[in-house]
Amino acid sequence: MTPVPPVRLRLRYTKAGKVRFTSHRDTARIWERALRRCRLPLAYTEGFSPRPKMHFGLALRTGFASDCEYLDINLEPGSEVDFAELAQQLSDALPVGIDVTTIAPTPSISAVSLQEAVTSCRWEVELANVSTEKANETVEALLAADKLEVTRFRKGREKTYDMRPTLLALEVLEPVQDRARLAFELGTQPRGFRPDELLAAIDPELVPSYVCRTHQWIDNDGVRTEPLSAPPSPATTDEVAAA
Amino acid sequence: MTTMWSELEPILAQVEKPARYIGCEDGAQQPSHDPSLTAWLMLYPDTYEVGLPNQGLQILYEIVNERDDAVAERSYAPWHDMETELRARNLPLFSVDTHRPANEFDIFAFNLSAELTYTNLLNCVDLSGIPVRTENRSLIDPVIAVGGHCTYNPEPIADFVDIVVLGDGEEVVGEITDVLTAWKAELATFDLSDPAAAEACPLTRRDLWARLAQVEGVYAPALYDVTYDGPVITSFTPNHPDAPETIEKRTITDLGEWPYPKNQLVPLTEVVHDRLNVEVFRGCTRGCRFCQAGMITRPVRERPADQVRTMIQDGLKRTGYDEVALTSLSTADFSGIEQVVADSVGQSDGNEGGDNGCSPVSISLPSLRVDAFTVGIAAEVQKARRTGLTFAPEAGSWRMRQVINKLITEEDLYAAVESAFSQGWRRMKLYFLIGLPTETDEDTLGIARLGRNCVEIGKRYHQSASVTLSVGGFVPKPFTPFQWFGQNTGIELQRKVNLLRDDLRKDKSVKLKWHDPSATAIEGLLSRGDRRVGQVIEQVWRNGGTFQEWSEFFELDRWLDAVADAGLTLEDYANRHRTEDEHLPWDHLSAGLHKDFLWQEWRDALAEVGLEDCRWTPCYDCGACTGYALEHVVASATPPAGGSQGTGQDLARGGAVPVTLSPRPVGASAGS
Repeated sequence: MTPVPPVRLRLRYTKAGKVRFTSHRDTARIWERALRRCRLPLAYTEGFSPRPKMHFGLALRTGFASDCEYLDINLEPGSEVDFAELAQQLSDALPVGIDVTTIAPTPSISAVSLQEAVTSCRWEVELANVSTEKANETVEALLAADKLEVTRFRKGREKTYDMRPTLLALEVLEPVQDRARLAFELGTQPRGFRPDELLAAIDPELVPSYVCRTHQWIDNDGVRTEPLSAPPSPATTDEVAAA
Repeated sequence: MTTMWSELEPILAQVEKPARYIGCEDGAQQPSHDPSLTAWLMLYPDTYEVGLPNQGLQILYEIVNERDDAVAERSYAPWHDMETELRARNLPLFSVDTHRPANEFDIFAFNLSAELTYTNLLNCVDLSGIPVRTENRSLIDPVIAVGGHCTYNPEPIADFVDIVVLGDGEEVVGEITDVLTAWKAELATFDLSDPAAAEACPLTRRDLWARLAQVEGVYAPALYDVTYDGPVITSFTPNHPDAPETIEKRTITDLGEWPYPKNQLVPLTEVVHDRLNVEVFRGCTRGCRFCQAGMITRPVRERPADQVRTMIQDGLKRTGYDEVALTSLSTADFSGIEQVVADSVGQSDGNEGGDNGCSPVSISLPSLRVDAFTVGIAAEVQKARRTGLTFAPEAGSWRMRQVINKLITEEDLYAAVESAFSQGWRRMKLYFLIGLPTETDEDTLGIARLGRNCVEIGKRYHQSASVTLSVGGFVPKPFTPFQWFGQNTGIELQRKVNLLRDDLRKDKSVKLKWHDPSATAIEGLLSRGDRRVGQVIEQVWRNGGTFQEWSEFFELDRWLDAVADAGLTLEDYANRHRTEDEHLPWDHLSAGLHKDFLWQEWRDALAEVGLEDCRWTPCYDCGACTGYALEHVVASATPPAGGSQGTGQDLARGGAVPVTLSPRPVGASAGS
C-alpha cells in the first residue's frame, strides 16, 4: 500500500491594528491555538514534545502591519478540509486584526519554503510630522547613495552590511494629513533589511510612525507572482491603520 | 479622555514586549462605561506575564462584567521602559482592555499574592495620578482595594489602601459594587467641579470607608487607631462608631455555583502558567503548619467532578490550549481525581467525544503531594509531553516533617522517585524549606542526603540522572501555627545554604538552587509587620525600588536603610519570637481559625506531634467551619489511595505507603 502524501496548505493573512504589536513568535503561538480550535487535522512532529508542522514566511518586525503574511501547514495524510468555510472559521478564531484572506493547497511538501521563495517585499512607510519636501529629499538621498550601511550582531560579532543593493524601488506616495508616505521595494536575498533600517542609514531621526508590508513577491525569470494571490479588495493602508 | 490608544501607539513601538499592553486576548471584554456604572480596574502589581494568569482577578473580572451596574477592566505593572515613557509624557497608567486612563475608574482591586510586590502597588497608584497615602486622597479619587493571601496581614500597607477584602471575592465584589453605585449617585447630586459646591458637600472619604466597612469581609484601616510600646502593639481600637471590632473573612460555600472563569483569558504573548486552568477545589486541611494558604482557605470545597469535566472540555475547545492544569492546594486529594485525569487525557483521543483528531492534551497537576498520586496516573499525565517533575518533601528529616505536619516518609519519596526514573524521567526537582522551627544542622543536611539518595536511585536507570534541590528560606505567616516563630536571620539562612553547598560540592548530579536569603528577610518584615512598616515600603518605593520580586532589582541595603530611617529593626519584626499574649498586628482580622487552636498546633509542632486531616477524620474545631456554620464539601468520604494521613496509619511513624508519584510543573506555586 502506498502511503497517502501529506497535504500542505498555504494561508495568506493580514496583521493590523493593536495585534501588530505581537512578536513573530507570539503570532506562531496564536496560530497554533487557532488551528487547534478549528480542529484542523494538523500533522505533528515526532518525539517527546510533538509540535504541529507549521512553516512561516519572512518574519515581520513587532509593531509592523502587513497585508500579506503567509503560513504553510501540514495536515495529516488523507485529510479532507472544507476550504469554503475555513478562512472565515480561522479569522473568527484569530484575534481582531489577523484575518485569513486566501487559502490554497500547495502540491508538494518538498516545495521551496516561503523564506527561500520570496525575493522581495513592498513596504509602505509613514513618517509623522515630515514634510513632502523632506520626503522627496530622503528618497533622492537613498537612491543616490552608493552604500547604505547597517551594523548587526551576528554570532556575538558586529558585522556591517551594505543595504543599497536591496533597494529595488522607492517612491513618494500621497501624504495623509501631516504624515509623509513612502513605498519601498526591498530585495530579500541573500539577506533582507527593513525600511526603517534604510531610513536610519540616511537620518537616524527618521523613525517611521507606521510600517505596513503590502506585498511579498516571488521573481521567476522576471515574472513576479505572489505566494498566493491577493484578496479581491485589499484594505487600504488607512483602513488598516484605523482598525 | 476615554482611550489613550493614540498616545500609547508611538510608545509601543519603542518598548520591550509591547504585546503585554495591547489586551485583545480571547476572553477580553470591551465594556461600555457610563457615569452611573461602577467601574472596576482589576490590577496585578507585577508584569502582565506574571499577572494575567491570576485566576482570582479573572474570576472577578467576569463576575463584575456580568452585572448591569458595573464594568471591569484590567491592568498590570508596566515595565521600567513603559513607566519611563508614561512619566515623560505625563500619561497615567491605563487599562489593557480599552486603554482607559486608570484614574477614570471608581475602584482599583489589587491582588496581593507576594509581599515584595507592595512597592509596585504604590507605583501603580502613583502612576495613576492618585496620592499613595489614603489620608491625601480626595472625595473623587478611586477607592484603592486589595485582596488575596497577603491581605491577612494588611497592616504594612494600611496607610495606602482604602479597603482590604478578606477571603473569597465572588460574592463580596457585588456587595461593594452596591455601596459604590449608591455612593456615586449621591455624589453626583453635588457639582464637585465647582469649588463652592464642593465645599458645601457634606460627604467625606471617611463616610465612604464607613459605608464600605459595613460589608462583611471589608476592612477599612483608616477607621482604626494603633498604639505601640517598643515592638509590641498595646491597643488597636476603632475610631468610628460603625467600624466593626473584628473583620471576618468571606467564604463561598459551594464552588459549584461559581464555574468561573467561564472564558479564561488566552493571552497573545507568552505568560507564566500559559494553559487552561480549572480550579478543582478550594481550601486544604492537610494541616501543614508552615502553609498559610492551607489555613486561611478552609474548609475544603470541591467542585463537582462533572462540572470539572465540562470546564475542561469546553475550555480546551474554546481556547485551543493543549494543556490543562487542575489547580488547588493539593490536587491529588480531589475525590475521583484518577477518573477526571483519565477523562481529560482522553480528550486527545481522536475517536472519543466526536473529537476531530485534535492535538494531544497534556495535563499538569500543580501542588501534588508525594504520597497521594499513583504511578498509573503519572503515566497518563505524561502521555502528551513529559514535563518537569517536582516533589515537595519540604524538609530533610522525618523529625522536621513531623514538626511541620507534612507527614511524608522517606520511603514515600524514594518510591515516587524510583517510579519516575523508571518511567523515563531523568531529572527532577525537590522543594525544601530551610529555617523551619527547631531545625538543626542535621535536619538541614538531611536535604542533601535525600538528594543524593534520589540520584543514586536514578543512576540505576540512567547514567545522566540528576536531581535539583530547590531551597527556600522559611517565612512565618499570619494565621498559621508558626505565626509566633522568630524567623532565621538572613545570615543564618545563608549559613545553612553554605552548609548544603559544602556538603554537595563533590556531587555533580545534585544541583542546589536557593532563594536569596536577604529577600527572605524582607519578606519576613512585610509578612508580620505592623503599620509602622508602611513608611519603609514608601521610602523604598520613592528610592526606585520597584519589581522587588525580581532578583535583579532587589537591593537589601535600600530596605535596611529605610528600616533604620524609620527607627525600626528587622530583628523586631522578622526574627523575634512572639509570646502567647502578644497582640499580633492582624488580631482584629479573622480567618475563622481559633487563636487557641493555632497556639496548640504551635505547641504540638515543638513536641513533634502530628495532626490528621479533618476531611476524613473527626473535627478538631479549628474554627473555620464551626465559626461560619460551614462544612467541608467533599464528594468522597474516604481519602485518596496512598494518602499517608487520614488512613488510620500510625502518624508517629508514617507507616507503609503504596508507591506514589507526583509531578509538579516547574514554577508551580508552592502549596502544602
